[in-house]
Amino acid sequence: MATLVRPRSVGTGAPAAERPIKQRRYNKREALAGYLFISPWLVGFAVFTLGAMVYSLYISFSYYNLAKNTTRPAGLDNYRAMVDDPKVALALKNTLFFAVMAVPLEIIFALLLASLLNRLGRSAGVFRTLYYLPKMTPSVATAAVFFLLLNGNTGAINRGLGLLGIEGPQWLIDPSWVKPSIVLMTLWGVSGTMVIFLAALKNVPRELYEVASLDGAGPVRQFFTITVPMISSAIFFNVIVLTIAALQVFDQAFLLFWRDQNNASPESSLFYGVYLFQQAFRQFDFGFAAAMAWLLFVIIMAITAVQVRFGNRFVYYEGDR
Amino acid sequence: MSVTQPGTGTMPVAAQPAGVALADPAPRRRRPKRWYRPTSTVGRVLLWVLLVLFSLLFLYPFIWLLAASVKPKGQVFDNRLIPETFKPGNYAEVWQQLPLLHWMGNSILIALLAAALVAISSSVVAFGFAYFKFPGRTFLFGLVLATMMLPGAVTLIPQYLIWKNLGFLGTNVPLWGANLFGSAFYIFLQRQFFLGLPRELFEAARVDGASYFGLFRRIAMPLAIPSFIIVFLFEFQASWNNLQAALIYLNAGGVEDFTVPLGIAYSMTKYAPGNGGQGDYQYVMVAALLVTLPMLVLFAFGQRYFIEGVATQGRKG
Repeated sequence: MATLVRPRSVGTGAPAAERPIKQRRYNKREALAGYLFISPWLVGFAVFTLGAMVYSLYISFSYYNLAKNTTRPAGLDNYRAMVDDPKVALALKNTLFFAVMAVPLEIIFALLLASLLNRLGRSAGVFRTLYYLPKMTPSVATAAVFFLLLNGNTGAINRGLGLLGIEGPQWLIDPSWVKPSIVLMTLWGVSGTMVIFLAALKNVPRELYEVASLDGAGPVRQFFTITVPMISSAIFFNVIVLTIAALQVFDQAFLLFWRDQNNASPESSLFYGVYLFQQAFRQFDFGFAAAMAWLLFVIIMAITAVQVRFGNRFVYYEGDR
Repeated sequence: MSVTQPGTGTMPVAAQPAGVALADPAPRRRRPKRWYRPTSTVGRVLLWVLLVLFSLLFLYPFIWLLAASVKPKGQVFDNRLIPETFKPGNYAEVWQQLPLLHWMGNSILIALLAAALVAISSSVVAFGFAYFKFPGRTFLFGLVLATMMLPGAVTLIPQYLIWKNLGFLGTNVPLWGANLFGSAFYIFLQRQFFLGLPRELFEAARVDGASYFGLFRRIAMPLAIPSFIIVFLFEFQASWNNLQAALIYLNAGGVEDFTVPLGIAYSMTKYAPGNGGQGDYQYVMVAALLVTLPMLVLFAFGQRYFIEGVATQGRKG
């Protein structure tokens, strides 16, 4: 008998060692309720995110016939066509160029504005409101106004430059000024980034500056030795978010250049998001567009990974353990 | 790291509810003084000059727009901030020129639906992640955060096919339908808020016999109104702004079914001389101004929610 009993107790013993812990941590009814509460997201994630990603990958290896809703295996054809299409390379080059120009300028401008506001007391609220208004303006309205402001001959921006004795460029026509004109529009709406910086600046302990000024550090030195390191996690966050946004730029480029057939510089204003959109919803070449989307995904992941790698060396996290 | 309390260890800084700051070992002053204030007169003057200068830069396009909207056709480009000839009639004519009322009606309906649905669904999901303990919670919440980084282009085409196969092409359902399932950033934001509520509150209600849904409905939701408003306002604005979805799903339909962004894009093209238009940009300016106004009103009433929401975005990293 003893030999019979023993293996049984050993047999249940092993899982029992885990089970009581689990039972203590998870109440069955509570866990079920938890799943029920998150079920809308679970369904949405399964269909609109994960399912959509898998399907998009599948489409990128297929020819998609929209009329019949059928796919035919294409192997690597879409990816090959993408590599062979000089417009993809051009769009990618334009987009990267835009991001490299836009992101640092946005960071510097937003940081400058936030530092100015941080030096004010109550009146900061008034300026913050004023500076935030562009962010509330719908991008179509911004584009409609800047479309006229940026006009090379009659636009207010060139008139203003003229007053300073500078002859303004043909912003919306000259290929080398197409991207700066979108950067300009982006900078006008930089206040979201500014608000994030302002929140970070408010958290920098004032004592640090007191000590630094006792040691004779001037405002500039204090900015680079105290402010920048102390808000480095906000800088890091903004760089990543703005880069991802810049690589997907669409609205401004579409509204200023691609609304209709009259595009004065179709080469310079071809951004990746615009070309992808055209391939998908003007040409209805879903396979090609899905391949483009996955290339963009890989590029964004790679750039973010490099930024995270590089950033972690410099970023100071508050309460780092 | 052996026994990680799910929910407390995942979000380092932002997870701290406001009350925790009081227990800090080194209690800080409630309102710390400004860290650096220019002491010299020159410094102060310079600061104010810069602030006013930037204000003018940010406001100039608004003033320009306002002026252009009351100018006659030939003068829209003249850059005068006080029009040579006032033509307030633009505001009366624009309604005949463009189906602006339809566009705004469509956009308001879609934005209300989108905002209300996403605020409700996200807060239900957020409560699930914040209150209940269940296997895989940390992993699933990690997935929520990961989807925030996903470029929209990757799911654009399959989502189009989903709506097409469900027979919703040409309707506005694709512009709000996915909001039934919550949205990553809003789930994150509302979960932060729920985590800040004292757990005893819920335990007491449990003892009194409240159901799980009752906890959410009667305790969590009423207390979470501020984060609910943040989500609502953010999504309302995002929806009002959404050009790409309108281009994909509504562009083939009638002009009257357009939303505001699509409508303005359409009117920019309509009046362009290159397309046989007459260059009546004053109507585009009136329309641009009129579709901006609702957002400015929204900001006037909900400014602190917008600012709070954006600042939360920064703490997500």
